[in-house]
Amino acid sequence: MTPTISTSALSRRYHGQVALDNVSLSVEPGTVTGLLGRNGAGKTTLMRIITGQEFATSGTVQVFGQPPAENDAVLRRLVFVREEQAYPDLSVAQVIRVASWFYPNWDRDLAGQLLADFGLPAGRRIKKLSRGMRSAVGIVIGLAARAELTLFDEPYAGLDAVSRQLFYDRLLADFAEHPRTVVLSTHLIDEAADLLERVVLLDHGRVVLDAPADDVRGTAVTVSGPATAVDEFVAGYPVWHRQQLGSRASVTMPGPLDVAAQAQARALRLSLEPLSLQQLLVRASGSSADEKVSA
Amino acid sequence: MPALDEGTPLFVQIAEQLADDIVDGVLAEGARVPSTNELAAFYRINPATAAKGINLLVDETVLEKRRGIGMFVADGAREQLRAGRRKQFAEQYLEPMLTEAARLGIDTDTLVSLIQGSSSHNGGSKP
Repeated sequence: MTPTISTSALSRRYHGQVALDNVSLSVEPGTVTGLLGRNGAGKTTLMRIITGQEFATSGTVQVFGQPPAENDAVLRRLVFVREEQAYPDLSVAQVIRVASWFYPNWDRDLAGQLLADFGLPAGRRIKKLSRGMRSAVGIVIGLAARAELTLFDEPYAGLDAVSRQLFYDRLLADFAEHPRTVVLSTHLIDEAADLLERVVLLDHGRVVLDAPADDVRGTAVTVSGPATAVDEFVAGYPVWHRQQLGSRASVTMPGPLDVAAQAQARALRLSLEPLSLQQLLVRASGSSADEKVSA
Repeated sequence: MPALDEGTPLFVQIAEQLADDIVDGVLAEGARVPSTNELAAFYRINPATAAKGINLLVDETVLEKRRGIGMFVADGAREQLRAGRRKQFAEQYLEPMLTEAARLGIDTDTLVSLIQGSSSHNGGSKP
């Protein structure tokens, strides 16, 4: 099966600054992939290259087995919803109508339903909408397009938690009925984690993790209890992080632990707690607090 | 929505929750099991993950696929699950209880009388 997206040694540099560094990945059809990473990690640049809006400095990208740039046959089969998408100065209904002309699989009933779900006033000019409502317009277009490849780049600026949940629910429901390939870039990992089949983590333009979401869960565990017992238990294992409060210590180490190790932990009265996807990814991105300036 | 915990793979949790329902009799033998899409919407997870959870129970012959109709609880599934869980009971429940009892200095006789008192009160709290 041809992957929906495949990139090989893809790099992008702006004036000597590296935005993408040797990115090779492939996205299989019919999956939901989370493109994760901190601001400035290269998520948007990668999506722009995949959708033919930007060129790589070196390396190749193929979408549906073809290069996407200026390739109408590819571009008609995908929809890309950007953060803070700009729209022409039209009403909501007009923008939706224009979008419907462009996407061959457009579902008019779904678009109408979603407009109602998000409470979008059809007659109002896009300019007069709040930031959250403008984001909702992008979400409506992204879902109603039913494009074979659907890319969302942080699509929910200004949307409250209730509307974001609505987005996840509608995405999931429509994806189940009409399977397609979805790439969702987000920094709200905890919210989106359960929707994702696969996670790709970018850090400083590089892929630092590319794995099924279920494999990532449980790959690290926090062991806590009396410091002497914790240290006895973790001796010989790599320790990612250690903190101590009085005589209690807590250590993060790679998991999952086998049955014998779990029994040993119980005997030592240690508590074991797996790290969440978000905690793991924070660790994999480097936990240093230094902010990188993004291009 | 029931909370799913962070560490266990989601598909394992889906399988466990279905197994719980079968053991409790909420899902009777011969009953239709929710579809992967229904499970995905209910737990707010990817349909592929839900399918993986169902397949885990199919592999254990707890669920059976009836072509074109859906997934059903197999005959004998409840007893099979209960037998499996009885085997794990000592490790999962007894062992942690004995560890904690030893920590608190509760001897075996006291523990036995606690259990007897508790079962007659159906889980009442003890000083």
